[in-house]
Amino acid sequence: MTSISFANQVLQVLAGALLLISFAMLAERRSRRLVILLVCQGAVLFVSTALVAATAHLTHLFYSAALTLILKVGVLPWILLRLLRQLGIERDNEPLLNLPTLMLVGIGLVIFAFGLAQPVSALATTVLRRTLGIALAVILLAFLMILARRKAFTQVIGFLALENGLFFAATSTTYGMPMVVELGIALDVLVGVFIFGVFFFHIREQFDSLDLRHLESLKED
Amino acid sequence: MAGVNGLAATPDLAMLLGLIAAWLLVGVSGLLQPHRIGWVAHILFPVGALIALGVAIVGALTVVDGFVTQSTVLPLGLPDLPFHVRLDPLSGFFLLLLGSAGTGISVFSAGYFRSGEGTAPGLLCLQYHVFLASMATVILADDAYLFMVAWETMALSSYFLVTTQHRLPDIRRAGFLYLLMAHVGALGLLLCFGVLHGGSWQMTFDAMRGATLAPAWASIAFLLALFGFGAKAGLVPLHVWLPEAHPAAPSPVSAMMSGLMLKTAIYGLLRVSWDLLHVGPWWWGLLTLALGLGTALYGVIFATAQTDMKRLLAYSSIENIGLIVAGIGLALVCRSFDMRVLAALALAAVLIHALNHALFKSLLFLATGSVMHATGERSLGKLGGLIQRMPWVAALALIGSLAIAGLPPLNGFVSEWLLLQAFLQTPQIPHAFLNMIVPLGAAVVSLTAALAGYVMVKFYGVIFLGQPRESELREAHDAGWLERAGLLWLALGCVLIGLFPQVALDGVGHVTQLLIGTTVQRGPSAWWMTPMASNHASYSGLWLWVGMVVVVGITVALMRRFYHGQVRRTAPWNCGYPWRTPRMQDTAEGFGQPIRHLFGPIFRIEREMPAPTDAEPRYRIDIQDRFWHTFYVPLAQLVRRTAEGLTILQGGRLPIYLLYSFLTLVFLLVCVL
Amino acid sequence: MMAMSYAWQVGECLLAIALAPLFVGWVTQCRAWLQNRSAPVLWQPYRVLRKLFHKDAALATHASWLFRGAPYAVFATMVVAAAIVPSITTDLPLARVADAIALVGLFATGRVIIALAAMDIGTAFGSLGARREMMIGFLTEPALLMVLFNAFLMFGSTALPTIVANTLTQPHIVLHASLAFAGVAFVMVLLAENARLPIDNPSTHLELTMIHEAMVLEYSACHLALIEWASWLKLFNYACIGFALFVPWGIALQDASPWGFGLAIVMLGVKLVVAGAALALLETVSAKLRLFRAPEFLTMAFLLAVLGLLVHLLLEV
Repeated sequence: MTSISFANQVLQVLAGALLLISFAMLAERRSRRLVILLVCQGAVLFVSTALVAATAHLTHLFYSAALTLILKVGVLPWILLRLLRQLGIERDNEPLLNLPTLMLVGIGLVIFAFGLAQPVSALATTVLRRTLGIALAVILLAFLMILARRKAFTQVIGFLALENGLFFAATSTTYGMPMVVELGIALDVLVGVFIFGVFFFHIREQFDSLDLRHLESLKED
Repeated sequence: MAGVNGLAATPDLAMLLGLIAAWLLVGVSGLLQPHRIGWVAHILFPVGALIALGVAIVGALTVVDGFVTQSTVLPLGLPDLPFHVRLDPLSGFFLLLLGSAGTGISVFSAGYFRSGEGTAPGLLCLQYHVFLASMATVILADDAYLFMVAWETMALSSYFLVTTQHRLPDIRRAGFLYLLMAHVGALGLLLCFGVLHGGSWQMTFDAMRGATLAPAWASIAFLLALFGFGAKAGLVPLHVWLPEAHPAAPSPVSAMMSGLMLKTAIYGLLRVSWDLLHVGPWWWGLLTLALGLGTALYGVIFATAQTDMKRLLAYSSIENIGLIVAGIGLALVCRSFDMRVLAALALAAVLIHALNHALFKSLLFLATGSVMHATGERSLGKLGGLIQRMPWVAALALIGSLAIAGLPPLNGFVSEWLLLQAFLQTPQIPHAFLNMIVPLGAAVVSLTAALAGYVMVKFYGVIFLGQPRESELREAHDAGWLERAGLLWLALGCVLIGLFPQVALDGVGHVTQLLIGTTVQRGPSAWWMTPMASNHASYSGLWLWVGMVVVVGITVALMRRFYHGQVRRTAPWNCGYPWRTPRMQDTAEGFGQPIRHLFGPIFRIEREMPAPTDAEPRYRIDIQDRFWHTFYVPLAQLVRRTAEGLTILQGGRLPIYLLYSFLTLVFLLVCVL
Repeated sequence: MMAMSYAWQVGECLLAIALAPLFVGWVTQCRAWLQNRSAPVLWQPYRVLRKLFHKDAALATHASWLFRGAPYAVFATMVVAAAIVPSITTDLPLARVADAIALVGLFATGRVIIALAAMDIGTAFGSLGARREMMIGFLTEPALLMVLFNAFLMFGSTALPTIVANTLTQPHIVLHASLAFAGVAFVMVLLAENARLPIDNPSTHLELTMIHEAMVLEYSACHLALIEWASWLKLFNYACIGFALFVPWGIALQDASPWGFGLAIVMLGVKLVVAGAALALLETVSAKLRLFRAPEFLTMAFLLAVLGLLVHLLLEV
């Protein structure tokens, strides 16, 4: 471990930061700060992708880094913040479980992810591949966040965080996906958020709230 | 006779057998004049204490260099089923534990027992010494037969001791629950030994050591042992008898049960899982570790919520047993990955903690006995301020409380520190999940230890500090000299192990040598405890103590020299609030409130709140064990219903019963064919 | 050589005793500046001590020996801890008395003693403070232990001098994600353990929100002085433990020249100035948490430390 380069050390710290942000999102009560955390996640993702691109001399990774910067740090948060303002949801939203328990479940998930990834990282020659466990953990934590919240808006954030985790997994294991796939996903996410935005307005018009408990009453008994 | 020759060749063992016989003799002598308290209390109990001291000394001789395991066959028992006994460092260490704590308890008992309540003193003396002798026999037994005989004698004699006050229905009920759990556990052990002999039908432990079991059978034997010994030790969810039986018994008996009898279960678990069984799969260890940690946390959380001082201590015993079992689990995990040094370290922590717990828990139970004698109260809500009236008991109980809270430089910290050091190495376990899960156990251990501090601040603070909550407490008197001597002996043990942990570590090394074939490092210096390597981690209780004494000395000297202010006595400041009664102090319930709030879902709480209009507002809270209602009550109902179903068979007519016998006979004959 | 190290041992201890009030004074001053208040002078804590040592002590009528002895005992635990933590040099004869885990135990001893003393008078505030303090204590201990776990995994030791020496003798600085996690967790534990802002307000005089202050309400004059001094020393010790674990640069190693020791003292001063300012900033931007939000705060600290441990196992082995 003494021989790993400085860039790789930075990458490890960035991977750690990604994990940290996931936990912060899990614990965050306010929607606006959630968006800001999402921005942070996007920024970390951008820096790490750019760093990988620079060290591995892969130009197509530079493009995906740029895409990350524009989409995840620029456009999406802007849309989300606008949505927040228009919908007027600034209230706290409590998670379904109490926070310490949620955190402990989160730790359990991280252990699970790392345990799965450990055999892989033992084989790994590059430090990058070792971060697979972190990517997996980010994905699982995003899922947990979707599960543990009942506000639709928070769930969208969780969905975006999940996508970030997938992206990180892709860059860390295989130096990114082919450009076409990446563009496609980026477009999907963008369109997805637009559609969600439209849905939000409809849901709120119908129920005066974005609380998903109201959707349960749609079921015919 | 082979037995006599054998005894001559095994002097230590012979001496121990003699001491055990002497205990029985002392017990029987109690029956000579069963109602003369002077004879029983001032002659027999001190003699019993001397015998205990002898047991401790012989036990200590087995954990020094150059001791060779001694075993022999006694010409006792059934034809063709003689008693085998054996003395090795493991049994020697537990005899040391039994003897050293037993000495203090017996000395205390000499001053404690009085006539006129419940069982006659002479009979009590018999039960008491039979209890001690049977525990020593359990530890010495080298075949399943003698082991079970002694085990059952232990259960029975302690049952009679628990029900000393047998006129009270609550105590009879507690005693019955205890006996029931003891027998369910013993059943597990019986089955365990039935598996262990591996088809040879030899019931000696030697044969079991040699037997090779199929992995599945070995696992079954291990699980049965865990169940059987767990029921005796009070592992969750088999702990329910413990908080009932301990408060019911007289205090010296509670001390013996908690300090000594639970340790025989630990001894049994160690004997079976380390000596009789061979290396097992890692999930044995993980299961044991998880059970132990769960028990520890459960015990300590419930201890914070108790309002009866002896129940509080009983739950604290559950906690300590949990820590000990967790250590055994950790050692088992390490053994299955062949990490011997680490296993030895965890085992050393286990053994030292067992000894520590025997000392400080006995000390605290005895202290509650003194408090009950002086005040007649054991509810925490009616005590308080006893440090003024009972300075001796208060000072010695303070040592016990600080020790059990795991604070340096006393002994509780030593074993906790060793256990944590063992946990520190666990990330090296070569298994992808275990190397991440097991280290988190250290967090549970430290959480438990910190909560134990909470419990002890509550225990000590509510009983001894503050103002007396009842006016009668002002007439309380300090304990007599025999009681003080007993307490002092135990407190001395706590302090000495705390200051010289490396001596204890050396002694324990012989036990780990026997069980795992290696010892924890001795370290280059006699002043420090350096179990791994000298620059890894080190601890010295003595120097910590010396440092603190020097600083206190210098500070006091400087204050004497330079501080010119007067110290005057006034009313308490209390933020300037002049009107104040003892009822405004925190009650025991109040002190436990933060824990109840944080761990709410674990408890089953019934609360009675006062209405704003009540003239005499009353607040009552009742905290119950969830296991009792979710597990034991349905189980009891199931048993009852099955039994009711079976009453159909009981026709009450003689021919019917004869028919049953006849049918059984025919059935058996068919089977034989 | 031996005599030198003993001299440094005593010197370091005395320096800690002398500097601890100054450090607290500096934090208070920074806080005042940040909050646009006029600041007390830097040596205000010394003035407080002098005032307290010149007053007559009032003791409640039924105070026991435990109450009178507690200030001395608490002060002694903190001084001994100061002697063990390497703040200037690693060449301390006493440092081997306790490794980091034993230090945690030593702090716990201090806490239990002061909590017991708080219950001795039998006022409502005393026991209220005691139970709150013990609650915070049991929440911080697992987190702190996990921080130490990180340090152990990184440096293979829980002895603070060895940790310092290992970091200092490495040829180049290595970034560790796990240590960053542990560092943040440690700061959170430091805040909680020393009755600082998100958990307790050191300058509060509102009885119902106090933790530390509620416990020492009944103390006055010389006893109060010792207790306050001890709590300042505790903050100082925690800061020095933090320096030893995360920023040990400047601490003199075993074979350092006299210049090295001089540099070590200067560096300690610099680190304290920076740490004090950072502490003041943290306290200024955070609001006091409700008491039952404290578990969330400390679970976060625990979580961070555990994450550090896991990340280390995944990435850095």
